[in-house]
Amino acid sequence: MSASAATQAPASTTALGVKRLCKAFGGLRVTCDVTLDVAPGERRLIIGPNGAGKTTLFNLITGEVGADSGAVILNGEDVTRIPSRRRAHLGLARTYQIITLFPRDTILRNVTLALLGLSKLRWDPFISLDRQHHLNDAARAALARVGLDHLAERPLAQTSYGERRRVEIAMALAQNPKVLLLDEPFAGLSIDERRDVQKLLLAIPREVTIVMIEHDMDVALEFAERITLLHFGEVIVEGTRAEVVADPRTREVYLGH
Amino acid sequence: MNQWFILAVNSIALGGLLFLLSAGFSLIFGLMRIPNLMHGSFFMLGAYFGVSILDSGYNFWLAALLSGAAMAVIGAFIERFLLRRLAGQELAQVLLTLGLSFVVADVCLMVWTGDPVQPATPAHLAGALQVAGLFFPLYRVAVIVIAVVVAIALWLMVDWTRLGAMIRAGVDDAPIARVVGIKVSQLFTLIFALGAGVAAFGGVIGAPILSVYPGLDGEMLPLALIVVILGGTGSLLGALVGSFIIGLIYNFGQAMLPDLAYVILFLPMVAVLVLRPQGLFGKVVP
Amino acid sequence: MTAIALQRAGIVLGILLLATLPYWVGNAYYINVASQILLFAVLALALNILVGYGGLVSLGHAGLFAIAGYTAALMLENGYGHLAADLSALVVAVFAAAVFGVLALRTTGIGFLMITLALGQIVWGVAYRWQSLTHGDNGVNVSSRPAPFGISLAAPESFYFATLIVFLIAIAAMALFVRSPFGASLRGTRDQARRMNALGYNVWLIRFLAFLVSGFWTGVAGLLFIYYNGFISPQVAALQTSAEALLMVISGGTATLLGPIAGAAIVVIMKNVVSAYVERWNMALGIIFVLIITFMPEGLVPGSVRLAKLGWQAWRKTGTRAGPAQETAS
Repeated sequence: MSASAATQAPASTTALGVKRLCKAFGGLRVTCDVTLDVAPGERRLIIGPNGAGKTTLFNLITGEVGADSGAVILNGEDVTRIPSRRRAHLGLARTYQIITLFPRDTILRNVTLALLGLSKLRWDPFISLDRQHHLNDAARAALARVGLDHLAERPLAQTSYGERRRVEIAMALAQNPKVLLLDEPFAGLSIDERRDVQKLLLAIPREVTIVMIEHDMDVALEFAERITLLHFGEVIVEGTRAEVVADPRTREVYLGH
Repeated sequence: MNQWFILAVNSIALGGLLFLLSAGFSLIFGLMRIPNLMHGSFFMLGAYFGVSILDSGYNFWLAALLSGAAMAVIGAFIERFLLRRLAGQELAQVLLTLGLSFVVADVCLMVWTGDPVQPATPAHLAGALQVAGLFFPLYRVAVIVIAVVVAIALWLMVDWTRLGAMIRAGVDDAPIARVVGIKVSQLFTLIFALGAGVAAFGGVIGAPILSVYPGLDGEMLPLALIVVILGGTGSLLGALVGSFIIGLIYNFGQAMLPDLAYVILFLPMVAVLVLRPQGLFGKVVP
Repeated sequence: MTAIALQRAGIVLGILLLATLPYWVGNAYYINVASQILLFAVLALALNILVGYGGLVSLGHAGLFAIAGYTAALMLENGYGHLAADLSALVVAVFAAAVFGVLALRTTGIGFLMITLALGQIVWGVAYRWQSLTHGDNGVNVSSRPAPFGISLAAPESFYFATLIVFLIAIAAMALFVRSPFGASLRGTRDQARRMNALGYNVWLIRFLAFLVSGFWTGVAGLLFIYYNGFISPQVAALQTSAEALLMVISGGTATLLGPIAGAAIVVIMKNVVSAYVERWNMALGIIFVLIITFMPEGLVPGSVRLAKLGWQAWRKTGTRAGPAQETAS
C-alpha cells in the first residue's frame, strides 16, 4: 500500500498522520479538515474542551468510525480504506475513555485476549487457551509493566477502577504497538494512582509513539512534547508545549476571551 | 379479466387487514424497541372475542369495537404488570411476549375449541357493487375504507396531537424524552394497549374473510413482521405501504404458485434486509 | 478434595450412571425418555453456542433442525442408504446455517432474533406448503434406523446407547470448543464486540463460523430425532419448537455446558409428564417461559443456586450471634 495523496512531510518521519480529515454526523460537523503529523517516538497531547471532537478523532484513526473525506496514514501507509480490525495488526493500539474490558474474565484473561487478537491461534477451536503458555506468560509480563501481575487471577469484577484503568493500558501495551492512542488515561484516578500511571507511561520506550487525549492539565502537560488544541472539530493551535501554553488562542478557547 | 380484478380487490382488502394488524406492531416496535411476539395472539383472541359477542346477538360493528376495547385493556395490564418489570431488557421482554403467545393460543383452544369459525359478513354489506362493468365485493371495499380511516386517524394522532408528538419523541430517543419530562413509561402502556386494541379490531373485521381458527396467530405474526421490516419500524406510512405490497404478493402468489406462496412473501423482506435494513420508510434499524 | 477433583469425579460418576442407565431403569418408556433428553441436549448445546457463548439469541433453530431431518428422511424415502442420507443431511444443515448466518448477522440483538424467526418460518412454510416435496402436513416416515457395524438400533436400549455415544462426542467437542482460543474469541464478541474489533478480531467471521458449528450440531440432533421418532412433520420446524429449544437453554442456564443439558432434561420431562395428565403443554410452556424470564432470567439452575444461597445465608444469620456475619461475594 502506498500513500495516496501527497503527504506533507516525508513518510519516514511520520508515525501517525491525519490529512484533512472530515466527519459529520447528520448535519453536525464533528471533525473539520484536521491535519496532524506525529513523528516516531513523539509524545503528542490532544486537548480541547468537551465536544471538541477528540474521541471522534481517535475513532477515525482506528477506523471504528468511517471518515467522510481525508486520509489516515500509519507508519507511512495509507490505511483510510483498511478496516479497523486490520489496523491493530499494523501496530495501532488504543485505550478507551469509558472502560470496556471483559467483565466475566480475570485480568490475565483480559490481557491474553488482547494478545490473542494478533495471533493466528485465535481461530483454533481445539487447543486449550489456558495451556498456551507463551501467550499467558506474555500477558503476565504486560501486567507486570503496569504493576498488576500479583492480581493476575483476580476476576475483573473484583478490581478497583484504578486497577481497571491500568489493565486497559496493559492490554494496549501487550500488543507491542508502534502507535498507542490513550483516551483520557487519567480520568477518575486518585492522586497516587495518577502518579503510578504517569510513571508507567514515562517508562514506555521510544519505539512506541504515543498520542494522548487528556483533560487533566497538570499531569498531561508534563508528559507532552507537542500539543494539538482542538475546538469544534478544528485544529486551533499546534506546537511545542511552550508555544501552545503561551498562545493567546489557547486561553480564548478555554476561557472564552 | 374480472378474476384478476377481484383478486386485486381482495389483495387490497387483505392489505387493509394487514395494516390493522401491523400498525400497532410497528408503533410498539418503534417506541418500545421490541417486536411484540404476541401481536398475532391479539389479532386472534380479538377475533374470538368478536365471534362470542356476535353470538350473543350484538351488532357486528359493536362487536368489533368492544373486542378492540377489551383487548386494549388486556394489553395495558400486560404492559403495566409484566413488561414493565423488565424495563430496559428488551430481549427478555420479547421472550415474555413469546411465552404469553403460547398461553393465549392454548386458552383460545380451550375456550373456543379447534373448529374454525367464520362469522357471516354483515347483512348490509353482503353482495357486490357494480361500477363500470366491474364487480366490487362490498365487504372487501368496506374493509379497505375502514383501514384507510384508521390509518388517517392514527396519522392525525401521531402527527398532529401533543400525544403524537410525545410518541414521536419517544420513538426518536426515549431516554432524552424522559429527561425532557415525557412520561415514557405511560406512553409504553398506552401504545401497547392501542396496538393490541387495533389488532383485535382488525381480527374481528377480518373474521368474515379469514375466519378464526387455531394457528391464526402463528400465521399473522410473521406477516406483521414482514410488513414492518419491509416498511420500516415506527413508520405508519411504511406499515400502510408494506401491508398493501404484502397483501398483493400473498394473494397473487397464492393464485399463481400455491406451493411457494408463503415463501415468496419473505423474499421482499430478505431483499430489504440485505439492501436496506431500515426498511422503505423506517427510522429504526432493528 | 479440591474443586477440580470433585468436578472430575462428578463427570466420571455421571458417565457411569448414563452408561448403565438401561440396567437400573429397566422400563422401555423411561429409556426412551432418556434418549429424548440426550438428543435434545445436543440441540440445546448447539443453540447455546450462539445464545450463551455468542450472545446471539436465535428463534429459528427449529428450521435447521428440521432441514437436517427432512433431508435425511426424504433421501431415505427415495432409496438412499443411511450413510448417504445422514452425511447429506449434515452438509445441507451446515449450508442452511451459512445462509441463515449471512442474513441474520446483518444485525445483532433483536434484529438477529427477528430474522432467525422469519427464516425458521420460511422453513416451516416450505415444509407445510410445498406438498410435492415434503408431503406437507402428512409428514415423512422414517421406517428404519441405521445399523452401524451391523448392530441393530431398533430396541430402545440399543438406540439409547447409540444416542449416548453421539451425546458424549458432542459434549467433548463442545468442551474443547469452549476452552479453545476460538471459544474465547466468541465470548469476547459477546461481551465487547467493539473492543474485539479494535484488538484485531474479525467479529463477523467469528460469529459466522460459530453459526456453522451450531448448525452442524443442530443437524446431528435433527438426525437423532428422526431416528428416534420414526417420523417428521412440519410441526418440527415451527416457532414452538424453536421456543422449546430456547427454553431448554435459558431454563438450564447459558453460562455452562451443564446448563443446556439440565434444561433439556427439565423440558423433556415436563413435556412428557404434563402431556400425560393434561393436554395443555403449550400453556405450560408459555407459563414456565414467563416465570423464568421474570424471576430467574439467568436460568433455573443458576437461579435456584442463587435462591438456595440466599436461603442458606439467611438461615446462618439467624443462627450465629457472635462475630461479624461473613459476607460471601456473589
